[in-house]
Amino acid sequence: MALDSKIPKGPIQDKWTDYKNHINLVNPANKRHIDIIVVGTGLAGGSAAATLAELGYNVKAFAYQDSPRRAHSIAAQGGINAAKNYQGDGDSTYRLFYDTVKGGDYRSREANVYRLAEVSVNIIDQCVAQGVPFARDYGGLLDNRSFGGVLVSRTFYAKGQTGQQLLLGAYSAMNRQIARGKIEMFNRHEMLDVVKVDGKARGIIARNLVTGEIERHSAHAVVIASGGYGNVYFLSTNAMGSNVTAGWKVHKKGAYFANPCYTQIHPTCIPRSGDYQSKLTLMSESLRNDGRIWVPAKLEDAKAIREGKKKPTDLSEEERDYYLERRYPAFGNLVPRDVASRAAKERCDEGFGVNATGEAVYLDFAASFVRYGEEQAKIQNLVNPTKEKIKELGQAIVKAKYGNLFQMYEKIVDENPYETPMMIYPAVHYTMGGVWVDYNLMTTIPGCYCIGEANFSDHGANRLGASALMQGLADGYFVLPYTIGDYLADDIRTGKISTDTPEFAEAEAEVKKTIEFFVNNKGTHSVDYYHKKLGLIMWEKCGMSRNAQGLKEAIEDISALRKDFWVNVNVPGTDKEYNEQLAKAGRVADFLELGELFAKDALIREESAGGHFREEHQTPEGEAKRLKEFQFVSAWEYKGEPKDAVLHKEALEYENIEVKERSYK
Amino acid sequence: MDLTLKIWRQKDSNTKGQMVDYKVTEISEHMSFLEMMDVMNEQLITKGEEPVAFDHDCREGICGMCSMYINGEAHGPDRGVTTCQLHMRMFKHGDTITIEPWRAAAFPVIKDLVVNRSAFDRIQHAGGYISVNTSGNTQDANSIPIQKQAADQAMDAATCIGCGACVATCKNSSAMLFVGAKVSQYALLPQGQVEAADRVKNMVAQMDLEGFGNCTNTGACEVECPKGISLDNIARMNRELMKASI
Repeated sequence: MALDSKIPKGPIQDKWTDYKNHINLVNPANKRHIDIIVVGTGLAGGSAAATLAELGYNVKAFAYQDSPRRAHSIAAQGGINAAKNYQGDGDSTYRLFYDTVKGGDYRSREANVYRLAEVSVNIIDQCVAQGVPFARDYGGLLDNRSFGGVLVSRTFYAKGQTGQQLLLGAYSAMNRQIARGKIEMFNRHEMLDVVKVDGKARGIIARNLVTGEIERHSAHAVVIASGGYGNVYFLSTNAMGSNVTAGWKVHKKGAYFANPCYTQIHPTCIPRSGDYQSKLTLMSESLRNDGRIWVPAKLEDAKAIREGKKKPTDLSEEERDYYLERRYPAFGNLVPRDVASRAAKERCDEGFGVNATGEAVYLDFAASFVRYGEEQAKIQNLVNPTKEKIKELGQAIVKAKYGNLFQMYEKIVDENPYETPMMIYPAVHYTMGGVWVDYNLMTTIPGCYCIGEANFSDHGANRLGASALMQGLADGYFVLPYTIGDYLADDIRTGKISTDTPEFAEAEAEVKKTIEFFVNNKGTHSVDYYHKKLGLIMWEKCGMSRNAQGLKEAIEDISALRKDFWVNVNVPGTDKEYNEQLAKAGRVADFLELGELFAKDALIREESAGGHFREEHQTPEGEAKRLKEFQFVSAWEYKGEPKDAVLHKEALEYENIEVKERSYK
Repeated sequence: MDLTLKIWRQKDSNTKGQMVDYKVTEISEHMSFLEMMDVMNEQLITKGEEPVAFDHDCREGICGMCSMYINGEAHGPDRGVTTCQLHMRMFKHGDTITIEPWRAAAFPVIKDLVVNRSAFDRIQHAGGYISVNTSGNTQDANSIPIQKQAADQAMDAATCIGCGACVATCKNSSAMLFVGAKVSQYALLPQGQVEAADRVKNMVAQMDLEGFGNCTNTGACEVECPKGISLDNIARMNRELMKASI
């Protein structure tokens, strides 16, 4: 099947408006005869479910958590971008579009990104109308902050809990529709397959995680909004339950999977402390506004610090290497995430790491304490203030800005970041790759849509800060509700889809067979044993930097691990009860397939772009070297084993932005 | 460190449960409480026993999923943290730790330490929203200036993560801190005014219907709340309810 991205013709600024003016609509009286399934209730799924129900469709929403409010969008800290230009610093739809395409290292689809920038302003209006308590200044107007990779202040925020507040907004919109009976909510349910009838997505098979019951649900369209697959690395900043299963099941039924190797490794996370570690904790990127990143300039100092013989505060300015400021004078500590992460790894690989594992760099606020303190001393007319007084005044300002993050750090690490620099190290955070979708957000299965982090379309090879929330809500509130109508206009006479058909029976039988295998196998190793092994392969061979040999080994290793899993996995308990190990076994089984496709994708992409860094392709200064012949989306078609997956290419054309070397120097 | 754990085990909502003793060894003080539980569960699986079921997800204190009653305190002995943020450095070698689920009639046990909190969702369905449809035509976000103090207070109320620690802690199993926080968020903002009276009446009525108890101002909920939601929100809810009822 040839890929058709269905991008409308015409100038980029008119595409979306023209498109909306000419698509088919469904009459309000007919919408109530149409059912839509939404899998996942994060920002994308929650906002889509609410909006589709407001329009009059019958929505069935599914979440594996006990309430839609707990989806992992809730953990996003920093903020959400919108081209409002409230700060008067020259921001515009075009600039947001430009920054996002450049930040994505010219591997995203122009038309989608422009539309995203265009609707970004509506998101802020909508959220404020819902009662989302964004930060405001003393005049009562909305406040903004700045994020990495851009030169304007366009990020709206609610303390360090922006994701939480936006998700609770979408959740409240859902609640209103649940109360009206327009959304039927299935908490603690997991989608285990999509059902196709006559080639179209017409329902899902889901498991009730409390009773273990396998259920059939039908609909005229299915929307996948199940988030990213960062947990393929075992350790990531994702929630423990975050998984690829919904996306992977539709992939196996015919949806192409795009750019799986594009993963974002976030530079500011709390370093790992031991083998028991279950997840990694992110510290908001906004900290890089005031913190300076450094490692010791001399190897012997780094060694002494690792051995506990020296403290970071013992080192003078000359003995420190502020490597981001040194390498990238223009953007300094605010370079995009991929650049900052790789630079940290480079220093640690050279032996300059500062914690016991050798995998940590410093994020130091001492200079900010002095800068803010001196400013405050002036404001308060203090003559000859002592160093201690200045520090105290400065710390109060930093506390007001980032107090909750400092507290979180202290709780986890047991060190006071006001007295000694924080230690940070990159961690897997977000996956830019995902299910391939066209301009309508439809996958290659007719009637199956994919939105939010689960799809691939808007962030290219690297995502800029504060744009994940923007994309999730754009897709759910303002894009999908229009595009899905164009498809459903043909379904007004279809009537209720029966679940009593051979297609549903067959899908259900497949699901049951797998579950029965898991609970009866009683092998020798736990599910986590396999998940941790997979994570280690992924991190070492498909992590922040990759090379052909490592990727080939990864493919072999994952394939062997998967074979072992299907012989020796041990799932305790039964399938007729609440059984977390059983749910996890299914998720890890899918990660074991995805991981191999991931490595295969990274292997064919013989260039460096964004989060994908191939050691063979770098400039003499160690920067990523992008190649024109790889200016395409890799969309993989499922053919059984991941090694047999077939590559389809969607060429990326840039008509409104000049493709340039991405420089932050 | 080595520890003795006394854990509530219950097969399902229809079966009687009981406390069961477990020994765990070689626990590092740097582990989080849930990582300690992971280690114990891996040991149980290896021995062919059933692991202990508990709710958890984000493991960074924001999703509100984790819910353990540890040594008689919701989310354990530390302040301002959820169970997933509690660290083993709060305990010492040889300690006995008692772990129970949230106990409240409105939160029935699903299995072991997992409870059903959908009563919270139903209270939100009753009025925890502002009735505005999604459209690209709502007015510009800056057209309604909001006093910074009101916006900040609304934000403080809105930080509630819906974990249910307040209910578990309260001797009356009252949900007033939870409901008060949501009512307050909207009562403090101009957008919430239009539906304010109906909202507070409907949400309180649903809260009573779910079987949550009343508030007797002991303030234990505020102490145990991992997000520091203030008792002022209960007072504000009562004022709103009074205003709406006369």
